[in-house]
Amino acid sequence: MIEIRFHGRGGQGAVVASKVLAVAFFHEGLYVQSFPAFGVERRGAPVMAFLRVDREPIQLRVNIYKPDHIIVLDPTLIGAVDVTSGLKPNGWILINSGHPPETFNDLKDFRIATVDATSIAIRNGLGSRTNPIVNTAILGAFSKASGLVGIDSIALSIREETPGKKNENAKAAREAYNEVKL
Amino acid sequence: MKRVITGNQAVAYGVILSRVDVVSAYPITPQTTIVEELSELIASGRLKTRFLKVESEHSAMAALIGASTGGVRCFTATSSHGLAYMHEMLHWASGARLPIVMVNVNRAIGPPWNIWSDQSDSLSQRDTGWIQLYCENNQEVLDTILQAYLIAEKVKLPVMVVLDAFVLSHTSEPVEVPSMEEVDSFLPPFCPDYPIDTQEPRAYSVITMPEHFMEFRYKIQKAMEEVPDVSKKVDDEFRSRFGRGYGAIERYGKEEAEVLLMTSGTVTSTSRTVIRKLNEDGLSVAGLKIKRFRPFPSEEIYGAIKGAKKLAVIDRNLSAGVGGIFAQELRASLYPREERPQVFGFVSGLGGRDITPELIEEAIQYTVEHPQPEGDILWLGLKK
Repeated sequence: MIEIRFHGRGGQGAVVASKVLAVAFFHEGLYVQSFPAFGVERRGAPVMAFLRVDREPIQLRVNIYKPDHIIVLDPTLIGAVDVTSGLKPNGWILINSGHPPETFNDLKDFRIATVDATSIAIRNGLGSRTNPIVNTAILGAFSKASGLVGIDSIALSIREETPGKKNENAKAAREAYNEVKL
Repeated sequence: MKRVITGNQAVAYGVILSRVDVVSAYPITPQTTIVEELSELIASGRLKTRFLKVESEHSAMAALIGASTGGVRCFTATSSHGLAYMHEMLHWASGARLPIVMVNVNRAIGPPWNIWSDQSDSLSQRDTGWIQLYCENNQEVLDTILQAYLIAEKVKLPVMVVLDAFVLSHTSEPVEVPSMEEVDSFLPPFCPDYPIDTQEPRAYSVITMPEHFMEFRYKIQKAMEEVPDVSKKVDDEFRSRFGRGYGAIERYGKEEAEVLLMTSGTVTSTSRTVIRKLNEDGLSVAGLKIKRFRPFPSEEIYGAIKGAKKLAVIDRNLSAGVGGIFAQELRASLYPREERPQVFGFVSGLGGRDITPELIEEAIQYTVEHPQPEGDILWLGLKK
């Protein structure tokens, strides 16, 4: 079983990202379970979402405490919340940042990847300049960094699960796939 | 077709496939997205169901009592305080023998304010004459809605389908969504015996003197007693058509186990992983899932626990002054029996606290190691 935790801020689309990634894995024939942190979220406040993936039906129905990988939609969360809490050694931390992975030396026990999902989202007209929607771009980067799920499955899932700008969202994911820094 | 959907979406699909005529509901977390989904479909014209907007849950149930008496298939969904507010009308729905189906998304009742999973809301309605069915995954949620209408309309009693807040309601997973044609051939249209008919006027639920009232209650009890057979037939028919069935209870794990763990809702799902692991480690233990709480499946349970010496029960609910409600019902149903395993009543996970595999294993190990419980309530995962 693979367990993934998303860190974002309310309104960034972390919950949708976990669902889109779930459907991408589902298209590859795997069982999935995605859920938000069961809280009372407000716009801008730190939020989490979770995803389990397995070859067997998933019967475990508890929170994820020891994720295999982490996806951070907002780099200002690093330090503000304990994003690496419980993260397994050798896990990927994928961060939405224009800086190279070496910038995040505090997290050097883990494998770090960065992608400038904010610029990619703005370039593709997703959200506004002040509040870009980065959740689809970051999934393209996750496909490349982790090698766990194909970019075509991500693009297909984006088309199915996003309410609008399907082409732009899918394009953002492909650009992030090509631009992610490992 | 298989789709990745939340428990609340599974409910909405179940309602759509059941060709429900009237929906009336009032929003409350974590139920709200069920009715949001349905009302959007109705507003866009894609679903020909009538949506009655009301100012409270009490009125939602009252509206359905009117609609169901009129002879149409009805649905509502609620949680927690909303269900409590409906209480009076719940008695009315069963007393009037109306086959209304309702979903309750289990949520704690405040204060302190809490929106998370806890069975105290549905279980405090146990004496209202409703059938209660608990679900452990989103597939079971959808399938149970389809079965619920058939059971309700056969025995003329309302059914409450119950699912855990967030752990199912807001969790997405693959669910096989049957086609309309498949469901149509399983669930025929609702044909009430005495619908309102202006050509043939009748009075409904009028005052009934002591010389008749008791027989009305007796008939409700008799209808409840039909539920095990009726629901088994419905489940068998469902299984033959869709390849899935659930039963009132389900025993899993080691066959000859003398220690059993009884659970309901999503705790069952997590318990399956724990019991599988413990069986692999050589521990003889089995699980007992309780799907149907009302009528309480005493016969089915007794048949499934033959040879068991100890029964551990995990209750995600509390009747203050007694303990866990499933444990309480189990003890009462075992008392007149010849074989009476020791009941270990654990209370855990109140207000949405996670019932982790570690806690489940702790409950099992405690039961294995102790000849009898050190009290009527064993608190599991309590911060002291």
